[in-house]
Amino acid sequence: MWQFFHKLGSPKWFFGISTRFMPWLLAGGVILLMAGVVWGLAFAPEDYLQGNSYRIIFIHVPTAFMAQSVYIMMASAALVTLVWRMKLADVFVKAVAPVGLVLTFLALFTGAVWGKPTWGTWWIWDARLTSMLILMFLYGGVIALDRAINDEKSAARAVAVLVLVGVVNIPIIKYSVEWWNTLHQPATFKLTEKPSMPAEMWVPLLLSVLGLYLIFGWLACVRMQTEILSREQRTRWVREFVMKGRV
Amino acid sequence: MAFDSFSAFIAMEGHGPYVWACYAVFFVLMLLMMIGSVRSRKAIVESCRRGYEFQADKSKVAASPPPSASFARVNVSQD
Repeated sequence: MWQFFHKLGSPKWFFGISTRFMPWLLAGGVILLMAGVVWGLAFAPEDYLQGNSYRIIFIHVPTAFMAQSVYIMMASAALVTLVWRMKLADVFVKAVAPVGLVLTFLALFTGAVWGKPTWGTWWIWDARLTSMLILMFLYGGVIALDRAINDEKSAARAVAVLVLVGVVNIPIIKYSVEWWNTLHQPATFKLTEKPSMPAEMWVPLLLSVLGLYLIFGWLACVRMQTEILSREQRTRWVREFVMKGRV
Repeated sequence: MAFDSFSAFIAMEGHGPYVWACYAVFFVLMLLMMIGSVRSRKAIVESCRRGYEFQADKSKVAASPPPSASFARVNVSQD
């Protein structure tokens, strides 16, 4: 167990294993996402209440789900950074924060465009929307804080603390639609209940969520490798990998 | 198909602009992020390689045979 844990923290080991998984993550992600999107756009039945505008759900839910999921992963990595000082955990936080920022922006943007024909407004200071906006600022804050501190170790610690403090926002996002039931509709998927949509709607939605998850995995690998290469360029293994063309 | 014709698919009963704007922004941003990530990875690999080659050249110069004329101090007996 401990040996595995140590291996997991080794940038060299991660580099080798991620290079092997990356093509599969990308191919699987693109295929699943495209299948979900094409099915959702052209073949899923129309919503009886919202008409065709509901087809935005096939990218809105995946991006919103990933925006929160990435933050939870980042927070777990931040905890590992603080407790075990594992280098790779810090690399993960720095590599995925910009991805989280883009995903949160996409969730807010698609939500606003969906809101116009459905609610009659682009934006409202509803609890769900506001807490998502705060999530976007948290991602921005993480990136800014990391850039503001030159020393690698102090930056890692400061960023980890910020990420962990911000985790309080995640349950607020999740339960906002139940605590303050305003305009935003409640969740489509719940672990404990059957989905509130017919299968022709929720299967493509699930496909695009899974697809985006895999694409995120690929993005995380590419960006973590970039960060590892720039940090470890003075080590012998990076030199070997680069000169033998194994990167 | 949920639509009767291609033009109905594009129009989406008036919701077309909203739906297509969302999908366009989504795909453009995702692609930009993916291409950008691959590019910066390539850039760091390239800069590493150049750095190593530069180091290798320097060590080659240091290892090359000394020139025939040298300014090294030679100990000559004063007797």
